[in-house]
Amino acid sequence: MPEFATALDSITRVHGVRGAMLVSVSDGLVVAESSMDGVDGAPVAALTASLAGRLRRTTEAAGRRLPTFIHLRAATGTVLAVPSNDDLLVVTIGAPDINVGLARLEMLHVAERGI
Amino acid sequence: MRSVGAMSDSIRAMTAQLVSDPASMIFLPLGEALRQRGQLDAAEKVALAGLGRYSESADAHDLYARILGDRGQLELAFDEWDIALRLEPDHVGAHKGIGFLYFVAGELDRALTHLETAARKLPDDDGAQTALARVKEALARRAAAGNGAGRETETAVPTEEQAAVPGADPSRLFLGLEGADDGLLLLDTRGLRLGGGLTSPEGDDVADAVSAHLAGVSQEASRTARLLGLGAWISLAAESPDGHLFVVAPTPETLLLLVREQSVPLGRLAVVADHAAGVARAWLEGLQ
Repeated sequence: MPEFATALDSITRVHGVRGAMLVSVSDGLVVAESSMDGVDGAPVAALTASLAGRLRRTTEAAGRRLPTFIHLRAATGTVLAVPSNDDLLVVTIGAPDINVGLARLEMLHVAERGI
Repeated sequence: MRSVGAMSDSIRAMTAQLVSDPASMIFLPLGEALRQRGQLDAAEKVALAGLGRYSESADAHDLYARILGDRGQLELAFDEWDIALRLEPDHVGAHKGIGFLYFVAGELDRALTHLETAARKLPDDDGAQTALARVKEALARRAAAGNGAGRETETAVPTEEQAAVPGADPSRLFLGLEGADDGLLLLDTRGLRLGGGLTSPEGDDVADAVSAHLAGVSQEASRTARLLGLGAWISLAAESPDGHLFVVAPTPETLLLLVREQSVPLGRLAVVADHAAGVARAWLEGLQ
């Protein structure tokens, strides 16, 4: 699926991004990935899909609309996620010094293009 | 309260007993002890092994439900408590658990039925009595609203310990901070609210429901960061079209949720959350 990889390349060019992928929300499987050197995509996909699902239920319980951007900050890295249409999640793994703002914009752009 | 050392000894002894006699019912207190220590993977393993042998035991289903509840898997927990009640209609733990789940789901009449049963059978159980009191308060507010009295802001019922500590009133936890009554929420890792409040954009009190779901979120965040080799998680932010959520852990046993309008930048939320976490830590120290 080269068109998926091309779309993800715009994200992986952002400073601090270690890799980006498209994940199926319903089954937590990798649909496409880009520049995931040193990162095992399968667990990233499964865990991020599960986390996004839980956050979705939490925002629903809070009476808010579904999340459009998720940012998990950890001691030595960052996980970003943007839900797209068609049961897909755009996921980015980054270093602690990742440019979150720029990565977010590129991810939203990829998601809005309706991959 | 038992010391950590005493509990470790107890767990070791129970584990040894279970190894020597795998058919022993000791898996019930062992699983509960592991759950209380937050060793949910181990507790689940013990509970499932026990359920494999005693699938008709309401106590075993109750134990597994409590573990699932701690994980934030509330629907599965409900199913397990439901099975427990089918096996043993008077099972107190299942009434208490299912009553709590109905409460956080906003089904107050059903919650009342189960919690009244639990509280009647466990008159000395603070958790059951407090939960029942909260349901009765919520029903009273609903009735008052139905009579045209309007919506009132819920006031959390403090535990006996909180009531005994000066300045520990949970409704005053974030006093002086922006959004002290609505938009700042402190909860424990089991999903029970400790202080603060939260309402939906429609004005409904959603603090308890969100707390229940958030416990699972934090466990998932922790698991994700750990398994991806990213170390401990620091914060979790979610941006939605009508509000931002920001979660931090003031202590290993608590979570702080900050909710603000979408116009408030996520970067500012991090600063406010950091400040509120400091306030929460000081408040928690006051309880000890």
